Amino acid sequence: MSGGPAVTVVRHNRIDLALHRLADGPGRPLLLLHGLGERTPGRTPAHLRWTGPVLGLDFTGHGASTVPVGGGYTSEILVGDVDAALEHLGEPVTVLGRGLGAYIGLLSAAARPDLVHGVVLADGPGIAGGGVHPGSPSVISPAATGGPPDPFALLELARDVRPPDYARTIAGFAVEGSELEVPLWVATVVRPAWLEALVGQPGVRTGSVGGGLAYYGGVRPPEAPGAR
Amino acid sequence: MTEATPRAAGHAEGAPTTLEEARDVPGARRPDRVRRVDSDGLGIAVSEWGDPGAPPLALAHGGFDFAGTFDVFAPMLADGGWRVVAWDQRGHGDSDRAHLYSWDADLRDAAAVVATLGPRPVPFVGHSKGGNLVTHLANALPHRVSALVNLDGLPSHRAMSDVADHERARRLRTEMGAWLAHRRSLVGRQRRPGTIDELAGRRGRMNPRMSPEWLRYLVTVGAEEGPEGWRWKIDPSLRMGGFGPWWPQWSLLQLPGIGVPLLGVLGLEPEVMGWGTEVDEVEPYLPAGARFEALEGVGHFVHIEQPRRVADMVLEFLS
Repeated sequence: MSGGPAVTVVRHNRIDLALHRLADGPGRPLLLLHGLGERTPGRTPAHLRWTGPVLGLDFTGHGASTVPVGGGYTSEILVGDVDAALEHLGEPVTVLGRGLGAYIGLLSAAARPDLVHGVVLADGPGIAGGGVHPGSPSVISPAATGGPPDPFALLELARDVRPPDYARTIAGFAVEGSELEVPLWVATVVRPAWLEALVGQPGVRTGSVGGGLAYYGGVRPPEAPGAR
Repeated sequence: MTEATPRAAGHAEGAPTTLEEARDVPGARRPDRVRRVDSDGLGIAVSEWGDPGAPPLALAHGGFDFAGTFDVFAPMLADGGWRVVAWDQRGHGDSDRAHLYSWDADLRDAAAVVATLGPRPVPFVGHSKGGNLVTHLANALPHRVSALVNLDGLPSHRAMSDVADHERARRLRTEMGAWLAHRRSLVGRQRRPGTIDELAGRRGRMNPRMSPEWLRYLVTVGAEEGPEGWRWKIDPSLRMGGFGPWWPQWSLLQLPGIGVPLLGVLGLEPEVMGWGTEVDEVEPYLPAGARFEALEGVGHFVHIEQPRRVADMVLEFLS
């Protein structure tokens, strides 16, 4: 490839999503999901080892994807973004999600266990969300509009409620529906309540990002369980 | 509903209802004024009834409704001395269809409408989702709210508390799949066209206690006529439910902190669009001095089934 990564436009309702192809290669694709306020990097980060194609999705309101009018973000919408990309690709992918992308990766693995072949959950912006229950309601419009990233996304997705029992139930769907023994790989140092609720559950392993990618990519044996 | 037959010259038995016939409902009055409010770039349609110089009273409709569902109730409040202001929530009625929908976005749109009503706090009446919405608004912006009427807009937690964990999980997984299937179906999707009678019949399945005359009236307000027939205006991307975490008690917890006069009204007759909430669930959450009315034999749409009774209740409460 020359002239930067190839971009495919994937439609999700009224949003045009940018799906970037960062690298080619044989085998299962790796799908990068960026953190809150981030975008797909211009090239595969140097520390990532993956033999197959490397793709990256810009969420709604981020990167080269459509910035909506008047906000209204939820995690469910971003799961719909990922699902539109999965439908477009039509083959199983391994997901590496940063921060918000890690949470969306978890939900996507639960919703489409046949199309998500393992999720590596990594640190990144938006990992905490808005806590385990709603805070006091407030009405705030960001002073700055425009983007990307859309200021409404930064505001609303930082308030997204993530109860630990909900996350554990969702993780159970990913584990029950997957053919993998370990479909969820927690590589974060930061562990808000929703992530802490996953650790130690069946089908969830902790380790490094590299260890997770090696496990799902079949490049070399995984690290010992619980290793960092 | 019966199948529509080809339109005869003049109105014959069994012929499709015309716009003029459907509009002929006693007491129904279209708004005296309409205007648009900008909510961060999104156009929100506002309807008003009554003397523009009278004190404002804000009305919030329920999910899948629109301001025109107040066409009997609102004029009664207006005739009681109020400037009644209702708005179509984003994607509903004549408001813009949005890229995205969320609870916080609905709250912002409501606040944008309130901001046009002058500096003084105003009373709010909300039905169903609108009742829940204005209850949140009274917590978020207490300086803008002078009194609160919640019409059957208090979610029940009993429906969930009887359900075993594994069954709850099964429903959540089913809902996740259904929600994503809906999202995949949306590109280019439109509401199904039909006659006034057909659309009224479809809505009647969700509003089984409403009269055919009222349902046909709603079509003429909440739908628009094109070459292929009438279509509901509501954004086809809107859908009931979702798989995000939401516990009904989160809404009940908004009640005890309300610091303005509160009137809660429940319709006790269970029906498809209602919450099934019962009196003993709500009472522990009511703030001191709140007034609470439970209406026997009335369904979820208390202000449509018994507009005079509920309007009088509201007018008396606000006086």
